[in-house]
Amino acid sequence: MWENYDLAIIGGGPAGLASAIRAWKMGVESIVLLEESNFLGGVLPQCIHPGFGLHYFREDLTGPEFAAKLLDQLKSTGVNVLSGSYAEHLEVKSGGEKEISGYMYGRAFKVKCKAAICAAGCRERSRFEVNILGDRPVGVYTAGEAQTLMDMYGVLPGSEIVVVGSGDVGLIMARRFALEGADVKAVVEVMPYPGGLTRNIIQCLEDFHIPLYLSCMVTEIKGSRRVEGVKIVRVDEKLNPIHGSENFLKCNAVILAVGLKPRVELLAKAGALIDEATGGPVVNDWLETTIPGVFAAGNVLVINDLVDYAAEQGERAAESAAKLIHEGFPTFKFKRVVLGRNVRLIVPHLISCAQDVTFYGRVGKPEENVQVRFEEISRAFKLPIARPSEMFRFKISADDLLKMRDEKIMVNVVKV
Amino acid sequence: MGGLIRVAIIGAGVVGASISRVLSMFEDFEVHLIEREADVGWGVSKANTGIIHAGYDDEPDLFPLRAKLCAEGNLIWHEWVKDLDIPTRWCGSLVLAFNSEEEEILEDLLDRGIRNGVPSLEIIDHEKLKMLEPNSSENATAALWAPTAGQISPWDAVAALVENSIANGVKLHLSTEVRGIKVVEGRISGLETNKSFLEVDCVINAAGLYADKISEMAGVGGYYIKPRKGEYLIFDKDAEPKVSRIIFPTPTPISKGVVVTTTTDGNLMIGPSAQDLPENLREDKSNTYDGLKFVWESASNLVNKLPPRSKVIRFFAGLRPEPSGGDFIIRDCDEVFGFIEASGMRSPGLTSAPAVARMILDALKAKFDLNPKLKAGWNRYRRRIKRFSEMTFEERIKAVNENPGYGRIICVDELVTEAEIVEAIRRGATTIDSIKFRTRACMGTCQGSSCMYKVAVILARELNVPLWSVSLKGPGTEIGIGDVKALFKEFKEKNKLEGESQG
Repeated sequence: MWENYDLAIIGGGPAGLASAIRAWKMGVESIVLLEESNFLGGVLPQCIHPGFGLHYFREDLTGPEFAAKLLDQLKSTGVNVLSGSYAEHLEVKSGGEKEISGYMYGRAFKVKCKAAICAAGCRERSRFEVNILGDRPVGVYTAGEAQTLMDMYGVLPGSEIVVVGSGDVGLIMARRFALEGADVKAVVEVMPYPGGLTRNIIQCLEDFHIPLYLSCMVTEIKGSRRVEGVKIVRVDEKLNPIHGSENFLKCNAVILAVGLKPRVELLAKAGALIDEATGGPVVNDWLETTIPGVFAAGNVLVINDLVDYAAEQGERAAESAAKLIHEGFPTFKFKRVVLGRNVRLIVPHLISCAQDVTFYGRVGKPEENVQVRFEEISRAFKLPIARPSEMFRFKISADDLLKMRDEKIMVNVVKV
Repeated sequence: MGGLIRVAIIGAGVVGASISRVLSMFEDFEVHLIEREADVGWGVSKANTGIIHAGYDDEPDLFPLRAKLCAEGNLIWHEWVKDLDIPTRWCGSLVLAFNSEEEEILEDLLDRGIRNGVPSLEIIDHEKLKMLEPNSSENATAALWAPTAGQISPWDAVAALVENSIANGVKLHLSTEVRGIKVVEGRISGLETNKSFLEVDCVINAAGLYADKISEMAGVGGYYIKPRKGEYLIFDKDAEPKVSRIIFPTPTPISKGVVVTTTTDGNLMIGPSAQDLPENLREDKSNTYDGLKFVWESASNLVNKLPPRSKVIRFFAGLRPEPSGGDFIIRDCDEVFGFIEASGMRSPGLTSAPAVARMILDALKAKFDLNPKLKAGWNRYRRRIKRFSEMTFEERIKAVNENPGYGRIICVDELVTEAEIVEAIRRGATTIDSIKFRTRACMGTCQGSSCMYKVAVILARELNVPLWSVSLKGPGTEIGIGDVKALFKEFKEKNKLEGESQG
């Protein structure tokens, strides 16, 4: 009852699709793609706005268009897609072989493979994780959930909307509701600066006259059956509520864009080490987790700003998996990347110095005119504006990396 | 008196449902279970600690009914949970004392427990306490150990009682609100509801938070119900450390205090607070900063360590119906023939419910001078929906082969399958919350953000209704306000009308 493959990919979103396509092109001929839902593309099909693909396809695409391009390429491969399949367990056998088991409509499945790529994506944080008190009525949705309801199923969650969180997801949903004729009362952001890309502040809020309340916090939801409004309060520099600044905003739906968390359950259960900073697995520059032969890409690895980065990581993981399958990995001695000044997170965590590496990271606090410095090799990259919400991405060549003698690679963000 | 006695039980909480189950055993009754909400057990029964108390808390001279019925109820639950396949853990409870004063209170509790007929109570020292509960506080000096206490799933309990009642002929009326009680010449003659007029001979008032209002409708009254709010926090299943016993502080005259326990589903839970609300706030189940802070601090005192706050996946609040007299109100009301009170069911109401039901049966026997006849085909048993998450791998494969829907995972956190959700609908669930409480879909880490819509899609398909109109908990809680173009249609419609009136 075991099905044998060279490569199993868990997750059919942008990272998973890109890795399936890339692995096929690299000559991996026996690939299975396990997708939980009944369609491929992950969240792309519900992201009907443009702004996708500028890096990856060098075109401005909507989510469904981006997905369609990947699916077109997938068609010309021999990748076996198991849609509607939930992978419950990942186990590594003594010979290094991986076993993935789970369920799909009408049957249980068991897959054996030489390498696996986890591209399981992320989930959204709930109101309970950010401590929004008050009542528990209907009409409180996470942004992605609201987007699914609207753009996959044609359900309108409300007509008077308050969006909590000004990350890109929140901004895009604010505009999405405005486009359907809803009255978007405000986007409420606890930080003194917006969480999303500047272009989204302009295109999603300013163009639609949607107010952005910075340094404000939604503390309570009111309404015994349906949402009747939210209590908001101003916060000081330490994010503590300012007494007496409470206000009530009437609305019938609250949309929460309060953060994403990598879906690492499968990897964690299998024993992969998880990085507290990213919430994703610890990986080396092959995007291999601490479980040999198990790779990670996309939002399960690190929450990305751009789908392009997720797809890029998918390709990277596929190249590594292909190498492992075809020639095997030599034993590397890895150097550890260390978070220095104002660096909140960075991937990959471990560097073999045997190849060029693309780093993805975020700063801890906003700054202007800074440099991301890889200290020992004195490579620096300029960041005119550094914000926690905007991921930085740099490539360092193997030649540069080889110059390092230290066991650690210290990364700092410093003022120019 | 000949013929069937038509009984209406107002309130399908644990008390009403227990009564309906007991009455369903006999041929002499036609039983109607009346519930204002879209599902059973959504009032007081839903949001409580889910403890089957041992029975040492209640002072028999002050609160004779509480004292007697709690101990009796505990015994009956031990049988009922087997008959009805209700998730229960008989893990025992510990009341912790932290100084000599509190140790004296333990002695009082022990004495009370013995008077109430509670078996196997024991006061234990610190060492034995640590053996029974390694995560109990280092500062606890002694504890009262009550091995007969248990943890039950309260909503499963109500669903089980009602399913079993229905299987034995009880008629359940959901979304049915009592508007009036008709009394003719001192006798109950019927119920006025939002749906119809129901002719009955007897009304049993198990209306929880609204029991005083119902009693007034019948012209009885004479008491009032105070809502007392209790807030709770629930941790994720993988949050450690848990506790293996139910841990109480020494009680105060108002409350048994904040409890640390692990639910039958394996989540650590702490609560409740005890906040008396004004009489008019019987729907206020809001969570407050102060309430949750109190719960957190109180719970922290009882254990070595709580899991980190970031592992909390939900908080909620419930209301307990505090009767003005303090004790349960269970009596046949001579003022109105056929009106029977089963109200004021504060703690230990859940524990006492089966014993209350037997007491009500006795009251009916006396009132109507009956020697009730057991139904020939009465079915004692009810089985719970088979849970995929609790099956072995072999069982799962068998289940998927028999019913392909067992292979479709809807709620990833709790491993709930489409087959279970469809079965819950077959058993009468019509709302998302009904599915949630019957299957645990939406009860995991994501609290529904990744699976609520999937549950809604199945409900819409099975009930053949538009997706937007699927509700969280009945009318007024639809997940949407219409289809995605609803506002434009509304706008067009309005403009057209204005245009016409101008023309």
